[in-house]
Amino acid sequence: MDRLKIVLQYFQSNSESISNGICVVLALVSVKLYTSFDFNCPCIPQYNRLYGLGVMFIPPIILFFLGVLINRHTGVMMEEWLRPVGKRSKNPAVVKYLFSAMLQRAMLAPMVWVLVTLLDGKCFVCAFSMNVDPRHFTGLPNNTGLDLVRIMAKVPCKEDAVFQNSTFRKAVSRYVRCYSQAIGWSILLLLILLGAIARVVKPCFDHATFLQTRYWSNYIDIEQKLFDETCVLHARDFARKCVDQFFQGMREDVQLRLPLSLARAAAPSKEPDEEMEDHLRGITRQEQVDRLLHTWYQCRPELDVTRIAHQPRVCITWEDNDRRILFTDV
Amino acid sequence: MDKFRMMFQFLQSNQESFMNGICGIMALASAQLYSAFEFTCPCLPEYNFAYGIGILLIPPIWFFMLGFVLNNNVSMLAEEWRRPTGKRRKDPTVLRYMFCSVTQRSLIAPAVWISVTLMDGKSFLCAFSINLDVEQFGNGTDHGLSDTDLQRMLAKIPCKHIFDGEAVISREAASRYIRCISQGFGWVFLLLTTMMAFLVRAIRPCFTQAAFLKTKYWSHYIDIERKMFDETCTEHAKTFAKVCIQQYFETVSGEMHKFHGQHHEKDDSDDEDNKNKIDKDKLLGIHVQDDMNKVLRNWHTCKPALSLKKNPDQNGDALGHVELYMNGYVQQTPTPAKKQCVAYYSKV
Repeated sequence: MDRLKIVLQYFQSNSESISNGICVVLALVSVKLYTSFDFNCPCIPQYNRLYGLGVMFIPPIILFFLGVLINRHTGVMMEEWLRPVGKRSKNPAVVKYLFSAMLQRAMLAPMVWVLVTLLDGKCFVCAFSMNVDPRHFTGLPNNTGLDLVRIMAKVPCKEDAVFQNSTFRKAVSRYVRCYSQAIGWSILLLLILLGAIARVVKPCFDHATFLQTRYWSNYIDIEQKLFDETCVLHARDFARKCVDQFFQGMREDVQLRLPLSLARAAAPSKEPDEEMEDHLRGITRQEQVDRLLHTWYQCRPELDVTRIAHQPRVCITWEDNDRRILFTDV
Repeated sequence: MDKFRMMFQFLQSNQESFMNGICGIMALASAQLYSAFEFTCPCLPEYNFAYGIGILLIPPIWFFMLGFVLNNNVSMLAEEWRRPTGKRRKDPTVLRYMFCSVTQRSLIAPAVWISVTLMDGKSFLCAFSINLDVEQFGNGTDHGLSDTDLQRMLAKIPCKHIFDGEAVISREAASRYIRCISQGFGWVFLLLTTMMAFLVRAIRPCFTQAAFLKTKYWSHYIDIERKMFDETCTEHAKTFAKVCIQQYFETVSGEMHKFHGQHHEKDDSDDEDNKNKIDKDKLLGIHVQDDMNKVLRNWHTCKPALSLKKNPDQNGDALGHVELYMNGYVQQTPTPAKKQCVAYYSKV
């Protein structure tokens, strides 16, 4: 439990690492989504390409928007971009940095989906089986009465009756899958190469300004979080004082005539009774409680706690008959 | 301070993330419910459509309402909406904000159900197999069936064990086609939902940022205030009960003392004195079995009034009494040597 707390604390301390974590989780979700998705090629000439390319490109768009949505920095960036200038000048480099960081993180899950699709190959086979030249392969079934395009369109569907006892289908689909995997690996290699080059070459370009923009973008993120936290703490305090003030307001004028025990004259100390008094807040009868609850609903108090926030402290002064001060709190 | 800040950050994020957690659990529950649900298409022309579309649309409505039920903020929203104005104005933007956030969270589980149903395709297949065009999927031969027979045969497409029209239409091809359309609808639905969510959340700062901060603060304040009020009432009730019971015991104990006669115990030493005093305090003056029985009987037959009073005739024993003045009255005490008054000084 303690270790978990330390891990959570580490992650929460650095807001960049939270965003990275969320981004990786979204990429894993996209892989899981692909494996659980039941790919269902229609095997009809007009719809194959639409379906195949649709499954390859529409989910990445969805994942991209999701990635932008769940990233906290999107809100920070939009606020910083749109705020009035006020007393703080705006630095466009910070907004640009935040935007590019957000884009990079949001692009991870779509790229993962596209790569997984290509490496798996089903979408490619579905979309492009009709473009294969069947003369390269033996065993084309020619007794079905269907034209060539329709036969080729049925290649992705292994249960179809056209291809029973035929190695033609397997050969064509293996061929197209091979293309698909080649494209997938090349894209992966290209992306990694670009990433490596970018990381290596970046310090050559104006590193000092980069350090500044990174610092200030982190700063505005932390500042917004702290502001939200302070608002929460303030609301809590405000609520407590408002409720206390309401209870006090419900208290009726009370006169208590009690004999003063001589032992207590010198130093009035805090008794358990007084603590209980604090919690009772002067509401000591059933009718008072009923009236309090009724008033809380019927006539909600105004949002003004100035009176209790600046309450004068009760100071007690003991004087004897000659107005000589025996003891005073002042 | 740092530890407090960390704890509070966790707690405050916990408040929102608690609702998000409930939301996520409901989404997972809806996906799990779908996979555990045994879809049985009736395969009859009259009922296929109703069953298929019913499975698609009725559970989402149920999840939406369940989302409202499980959300704590709904009762808060209703209270804030219906309360009389009193001394505090009502802010309609706050109400709108609370309603929007509750609705957004409740819409997630229905959206998950609808997209999972569409991706799976069974409900579409069940609902629309009758509308298939036989020419497109027919096996080339002229079927020669009447319309009703054809309908009945098409309605059996979703049920592979009872389908008997293999000569007329290829079941595999037809079901693949319908499932493909269903999946297309599913992806489009997901795309539209995501784009709408994106427009609402990412583009909103363009329009109402300042007002948004205000409504967020006040809606959170209303939530906290309600909790504080409940806490204060609970504390008060506890103390009220404690004092009421204490008073009851003291009253009965006072009667018992008059009955049994006063007993003054000689004090041996200070330590024993303190120990005895603490024990005596805990016993609240009841030392005899019969007295205790009387206490218990009276508690049921004659409960004390709900009114806490300090008895002016009681001698000062372990409890110290302080004379209090409210609203500036000055009161003479029985001991004439001292004159007590309370003065309000403001700290300058």
